[in-house]
Amino acid sequence: MVSLEHYLTVSALLFAISVAGIFLNRKNVIVLLMCVELLLLAVNFNFIAFSRYLDDPAGQVFVFFILTVAAAESAIGLAILVVLFRNRRSINVQEMDALKG
Amino acid sequence: MNYSLMDLSAQLPEIVLASGICVLLIVDLFVRDSARDLSYLLAIFLLAGVAWVLIGIGPDSTAHFASGGSYVSDGLARVLKLFAVTAVATVFLYSRPWLRSRKLHLGEYYVLGLFGLLGIMVLASGYSLLVSYIGLEILSLSLYAMVAFDRDSSRSAEAAMKYFVLGAIASGTLLYGMSLVYGITGTLQIGELQTAIAAQADVVGLRVGLGFMVAGIAFKFGAVPFHMWVPDVYEGAPTPVTLYVGTAPKLGALALAVRILSEGSAGLASFWEPMLAALAVLSLILGNVAAIAQTNIRRMLAYSTISHVGFILLGLMAGSPGGIQAALFYTIVYVIMAAGAFGFLVMLGSQGQEVNDLDDLRGLWQRSPWFTLMMVLLMFSMAGVPPLAGFYAKWWVLSALLNAGYLGLAIVGVLTSVIGAFYYLRIIRLMLFDNGGTVSTVGIPLDLKLVLSVNALLLLGIGLFPDRLLDLCAYAAALI
Repeated sequence: MVSLEHYLTVSALLFAISVAGIFLNRKNVIVLLMCVELLLLAVNFNFIAFSRYLDDPAGQVFVFFILTVAAAESAIGLAILVVLFRNRRSINVQEMDALKG
Repeated sequence: MNYSLMDLSAQLPEIVLASGICVLLIVDLFVRDSARDLSYLLAIFLLAGVAWVLIGIGPDSTAHFASGGSYVSDGLARVLKLFAVTAVATVFLYSRPWLRSRKLHLGEYYVLGLFGLLGIMVLASGYSLLVSYIGLEILSLSLYAMVAFDRDSSRSAEAAMKYFVLGAIASGTLLYGMSLVYGITGTLQIGELQTAIAAQADVVGLRVGLGFMVAGIAFKFGAVPFHMWVPDVYEGAPTPVTLYVGTAPKLGALALAVRILSEGSAGLASFWEPMLAALAVLSLILGNVAAIAQTNIRRMLAYSTISHVGFILLGLMAGSPGGIQAALFYTIVYVIMAAGAFGFLVMLGSQGQEVNDLDDLRGLWQRSPWFTLMMVLLMFSMAGVPPLAGFYAKWWVLSALLNAGYLGLAIVGVLTSVIGAFYYLRIIRLMLFDNGGTVSTVGIPLDLKLVLSVNALLLLGIGLFPDRLLDLCAYAAALI
């Protein structure tokens, strides 16, 4: 029997993987965008599991909104990536050092 | 669920704004580059219309709900919206000559700026985790796009990418916290959350969720240790975009924090207040110390923003209603100061030559005494010198802290302000007593000069007569 805890564990793992992916990845900006998507999917997983567990539709409605936002977000992210590539001819994370934050 | 027209009246300002943006978007398609001022005029007209609708609602002390209790129009929402509209209008006024001189005078700037305003307004009224999230994303996505607005600048693109990735992590963190809180309390609506959190305050998962949400909120404010994006975005973005990012979105971040923490999670205040205090102390120390080391004026102002955010967070943690009133007062005064300081840079840059280094300001007094005086007012206000508004903002936060019994935090606030005064005074010294530098205000359009003068003198006005704004903040801080 798959219980709520199992779902939450998977979602926590996905969340951890995506955060680790963002901070460990030093090469490619596209991988960053993929990790960001994974982050939102981990959250969706949580909402769906809770929604089913609580028998409350609000969580599923939230997931639809997150999916929509995720689509808009990747559109903007890729657009920025295109601008970045046109200016730099590179999408290497390590080369993003003109500004020292 | 029953809908009525009463429902819509709470959302009228947003509906007007959203429809107006769509009209602007279409009109802008058919406007030639030489007639781009039409888009600008339309945007200003639209903002005036929204302000008119907002004022038309009047200082009504009851809260109107809409969308089944997920959307509220109360004192806080009305005051924040009114100031956000004014701030965006001021930003547009400042930006036009700069954009035109760089051949960047495109409708997109206004459209994205207005969409960002829509996000701030939704945030101000969001009375459900879902609505607050949507508002936050409308704002953030517009900001990412605005930072990358200058397509030929490699620095802007890099700043936008960093902002985007870090912002997306912050949104994800905030959402993860929301999902945990939703799972434990079974509700998204802030009012229901308030009772549910108070009843289950000892559940560990709730604290974990709240911790994630505090991290997300701290990022949107730019508080240490989630501040990495602030200096990069402020430096890399085109100056008018820096002006935008530095002003109105702070009101949205404040709305998010008040709605989620002060209203929704009041029952767990003993848990998030120490977190806010830690964020605030770190921001005050790092912001002020790092600002001293900067030679780039925009980076310096970015670190100064971080330190001001520390003060806002201190006000929030001092609790309702005196603390929230103080935080609101501080945020509004800060937005006016930031609009003036960045507006000053935009104005000096509007002749084609960018002002980046502190050294560029040397000897400005000899070339344009009046504007040096205005900048001196702005810097004194940021440093917190009486009788300017910045002094009262700090004063109210400190007195709210003392009333709540946080003597140690108040002392940290005072000490870091003294450190902070150093770099503001350095700018004043460079402008008044040094020689060299080339920037001047010759040939700058009259309307720009007028707006900047009004902006700076407003700080003096608020400083001399703070009661009016304080009453407004008290009205807004009387939460539901």
